[in-house]
Amino acid sequence: MAEKLDKTISIALPKGRLGEKTYAMLEELGYGCPGVMENSRKLIFEDEAATVRYFWVKPSDVAIYVERGAADVGVVGKDILLEYQPDVYELTDLGFGKCRVCVAGPENVTPNPDRTLRIATKFVNIPKSYYHARSREIEIIKLNGSIELAPILGLSDVIVDIVETGTTLKENHLEVKEEIVPISARFIAGKAAYRFKNDEIAAMNAKIAAWLASKQ
Amino acid sequence: MKETILPKEERAVLAMRALYESFGYTKYKMSKFEDYDLYRENKRFLPKGEIITFPNRDGRLLALKPDVTLSIVKNAREGEQIREYYNENVYRTEDGDCREIMQVGLECIGDIDLYSTCEVIRLAKKSLEILCEDSILDISHGAFVNGLLDAAGLPEDGSRRKFNACIAGKNAHELSELCRQYGVDGEIEDRLCRLLSLYGPFPAIAEDAAALIINDEMESAYQEIAAIDGYFRSMGEEAGLAVDLSLVNDMRYYTGVLFRGYVKGVPTGVLSGGRYDGLLNRMKKDGMGAVGFAVYMNLLDLYFDEGRSKEYDIDILITYDSGTDMAALSRTVDMLMGGGRSVRVQKEADTKLRYREKFHYGERGLEIRG
Repeated sequence: MAEKLDKTISIALPKGRLGEKTYAMLEELGYGCPGVMENSRKLIFEDEAATVRYFWVKPSDVAIYVERGAADVGVVGKDILLEYQPDVYELTDLGFGKCRVCVAGPENVTPNPDRTLRIATKFVNIPKSYYHARSREIEIIKLNGSIELAPILGLSDVIVDIVETGTTLKENHLEVKEEIVPISARFIAGKAAYRFKNDEIAAMNAKIAAWLASKQ
Repeated sequence: MKETILPKEERAVLAMRALYESFGYTKYKMSKFEDYDLYRENKRFLPKGEIITFPNRDGRLLALKPDVTLSIVKNAREGEQIREYYNENVYRTEDGDCREIMQVGLECIGDIDLYSTCEVIRLAKKSLEILCEDSILDISHGAFVNGLLDAAGLPEDGSRRKFNACIAGKNAHELSELCRQYGVDGEIEDRLCRLLSLYGPFPAIAEDAAALIINDEMESAYQEIAAIDGYFRSMGEEAGLAVDLSLVNDMRYYTGVLFRGYVKGVPTGVLSGGRYDGLLNRMKKDGMGAVGFAVYMNLLDLYFDEGRSKEYDIDILITYDSGTDMAALSRTVDMLMGGGRSVRVQKEADTKLRYREKFHYGERGLEIRG
């Protein structure tokens, strides 16, 4: 088993649409594996030839699995990389999963620049470094969901969150005030894995690059 | 104590110390404390993390040493030839937690030429082989990337840090974006991006690396890497040696060859080293060079599987009755220990203790009990 795993690439897929899109791409590139897309309780999937091994994890955990060597490679949103700054190689911008990290607040309301800006968000480091660079005093209110609720209830002045289409914001009478950074999915590799499985990872990365070029 | 009882990392430390001693390196021993100023003035030389400080009775700020190299360099006198190794605990806070980290390292300071550089790299490589039979040592040269950034016309300020971060992360897409932001020539941008994917044994990448050379700085860096690789090949020791030109470090300290070591099973580099003449210049040790490395033993504790879980606490448990002949019991214990087994003697068994075998020592001598 250990010897077989020597050349097997372990891939951490983010649960949800991003992971499904990633798997579709990898399947097209010859890295298919039975059962991955089936709705089952199975945690780990391996193909017969043992070239790949997949597992689904929470999107924000992908980078941790790769950084700590439990997965060799993974696909993760740039927002997670900015927020957690994991020590991994960011090999390719996959160009899909596009969205933006934005500052949003109630429509037609401008927060008073004299006051500390209260920000509700699930990110901590992204707004901190953004506002630190602008010398703006802020208070971070860390939430784990329903971020849009915070300014409506007066818990915060604005929110910092991912905006894809802006529909949720509109429904809650919020609007984008500033765009902090555009986001897309990134193909990442662990630093030791990049060395010990260099041929396999380099080949996978080259196939991905060629696939991206063909789509343009 | 039998050597096999020692955890793998402790056995490795003993083997590394023997290795360094056999090459004529002497042990450097330092106090736990050092003046904080030494670290404040050279903060960028230190790895990430905060230094743990406290005032002494005179109000002078002391630090629990976060590093050993700075102390060795501080004590180096002009014209001295230092060959020292250390095995010390260093201290720093990471994410607010105070940490004690075991570090083994080696410094070669004085008149540094290609031979001494190769010797230190060879010792780094041998250290990795002690830790794990499957290891890789990557070598690079700070001046290679620096030469390319010079050619890009980048000033020596924060911009280089941004470029270096992209290079070290092999992040070609954001490196291209940065090049556009800073108006870097398209030809240089292309070379920078090509550099990121160059990885492998030197002969496999030599041609592609040579094609990136644009000035004398890069040429001489390339020649040094070629010479080092040539040395290992002529020694027949090139297995496990690779070149990774994206390996960068702070150019204010690391002026020449850089290397980083990886062992199978640990997701990040366990050994880091290089030529750091820049530090000696900053500490006014004119005309002296230095090359050395450190091994981060704490990573082995975190990632090595050996000893991660334990089936038994001890091999044998012996319980006994009151009034037992103590000398006879002790003789039995000595005999059982003979095979390298651990034997614990106590009046009653306790439920938490896990043992392979249990005996009772009674009037008729040793009896088997469950």
